[in-house]
Amino acid sequence: MTDGSDTPKPAAAPKKRLTRRELERRRLLIRSFGLGIAAVTAGLVGWYPVYKRLFDRLRPPGALDEREFLAACIKCGQCVQVCPVEAIKLADGDEGYGLGVPYIDARAQACDFSCDAVQCVLACPTGALSHEIAHKEEVTMGFARLSRPESCLAMKGEGFKGLARGYDFEGLLRYEEIDRWDPQPVASYPYDLEICDLCVRECPIKGAISLEPMSDDPADKRRIPVVHEACVGCGTCEMICPTEPASIIIDTELTLEAQA
Amino acid sequence: MKWFLHKLAMMFGAEGRKASASEETEAAREMKKFKKTPEQVIKRKEIIDHEHQYPLVSNKWRNLRWLSIIVINAMFIVSFAWDVQLVEGSMSASRFLGFHMADPNAALQVFLAFKELVLNLVIGTVTVVLLWWIVGGRAFCSWACPYHLLAEWAEAIHLFLARKGWVKDHPFHRGLRVVLWVIFMALAFLSGYTVFEYINPVGIVSRALIYGPTVALVWVIFLLGFEIFFSRRFWCRYVCPIGLTYGITGAVAPVQIKYDLEKCVHEGECRAVCLVPHVLEITKMGYASDTTEYIGPDCTRCGLCVDACPQEALTFTVRGLDKII
Repeated sequence: MTDGSDTPKPAAAPKKRLTRRELERRRLLIRSFGLGIAAVTAGLVGWYPVYKRLFDRLRPPGALDEREFLAACIKCGQCVQVCPVEAIKLADGDEGYGLGVPYIDARAQACDFSCDAVQCVLACPTGALSHEIAHKEEVTMGFARLSRPESCLAMKGEGFKGLARGYDFEGLLRYEEIDRWDPQPVASYPYDLEICDLCVRECPIKGAISLEPMSDDPADKRRIPVVHEACVGCGTCEMICPTEPASIIIDTELTLEAQA
Repeated sequence: MKWFLHKLAMMFGAEGRKASASEETEAAREMKKFKKTPEQVIKRKEIIDHEHQYPLVSNKWRNLRWLSIIVINAMFIVSFAWDVQLVEGSMSASRFLGFHMADPNAALQVFLAFKELVLNLVIGTVTVVLLWWIVGGRAFCSWACPYHLLAEWAEAIHLFLARKGWVKDHPFHRGLRVVLWVIFMALAFLSGYTVFEYINPVGIVSRALIYGPTVALVWVIFLLGFEIFFSRRFWCRYVCPIGLTYGITGAVAPVQIKYDLEKCVHEGECRAVCLVPHVLEITKMGYASDTTEYIGPDCTRCGLCVDACPQEALTFTVRGLDKII
């Protein structure tokens, strides 16, 4: 660089050579710009799984509509901590903006309302689990659906004997007749049923599901589980269903239709 | 006041500079003049030589701070693991003995994305802001943040490798943090998702500690690797919007690091260890505005400079209280 600042510059000035300091500075700015772009891009990656709806998660009781829920959740996990059956899990990074957001894998551990007072709703600091809900009957997580009628034991007129999910199943359920306050392992409770009615028997919501005869013939032992309006989608039926995979599952989409 | 605004501007990315004649006190001017007299220059050189010959190593504040980070995070962990209900939740929001606490940065994002004000969150945020305002805003970073501890260890590796000449620090512009803060807040508002939380290592680490490891930790490992091999403490220095939010929170905090111009021999040990060296620009010869001054809003009150300074020119103090005693 020349120091002739008072000499008029020619129109087509030769390319100015930068000093080391200026070069460093320019590099720093370019680098910073790159980092800024990279950070924002990394943040936007999380949008993809949400946009593509790669995951259809059953959210805890009281959860707002999915979009609002993701906006309102602060990802603290207080709902996880209060759940007596530890039904609530936090999602991992593959769920995009769902990272750290609670969900319930009903087949592994359903929300059986062992807590009575929807503790997760009370624990939520942001209202992502809406505080308008105070009773389990008001919950609308989803709706049970007999997704595999062909495998349903009741529909085949079969009974069930033994452990609903095998000896190594870790899920808990409130068996009121044993201990109202302490949920018991499903694996510790063998059944002996003439007709399998586990989904009806263990449903924590009154009048949400019933077994109806499939014909007028009194000798016909076949029964069909019918889900009623009262179903809140807690997933207890999905957890307890002894067929593999479960004959009855929770449909999160059905709630949306029901709400609309 | 003008000098304080300059320090505030430095938090937002402005370069450090000397105090101008109008910002300088009479006493500071006299002191600087005295320090430049030949006998003082020689004396300082002797002191520095002596220091280098007999280095004093103190890790008092660092050890206290590491203990603080570990205890705070352990309280979260045991609260869930043993169900003792001490601090339920994680770094983004929690209940301390039943009282709501919320990370102001996360709360702000939720507010912008959700567009509804929830009372619990307001209470939690105000509580946290008040608490951290007292101890100095960004004190959250160095005394509570779990990522900070990991980053300090990564920094130690980086410095080791740098001494060997195997890696080189690539600094970024500090203004980037402000730009990203604005972008992420705008994204939360426009998209309706708390976008930053997706890449927030503080939340990821905190949740992993409490609820068990996740695949998302790979991101944190990547960030630490970037800090080790490419840019020293880049996340805390140039990216993290949480740090900026806490910095604003504690801009005029009572707990401060006080600089004593008279004791300082200007050898720069403090700037070498500092996470935010621009706050220590005043320790350069001729930069200070007064004979004693607080080092500024972006300071994390980590105490590394206090430990590093052999002259005790930098000390912890409580604003106002130091004048009474």
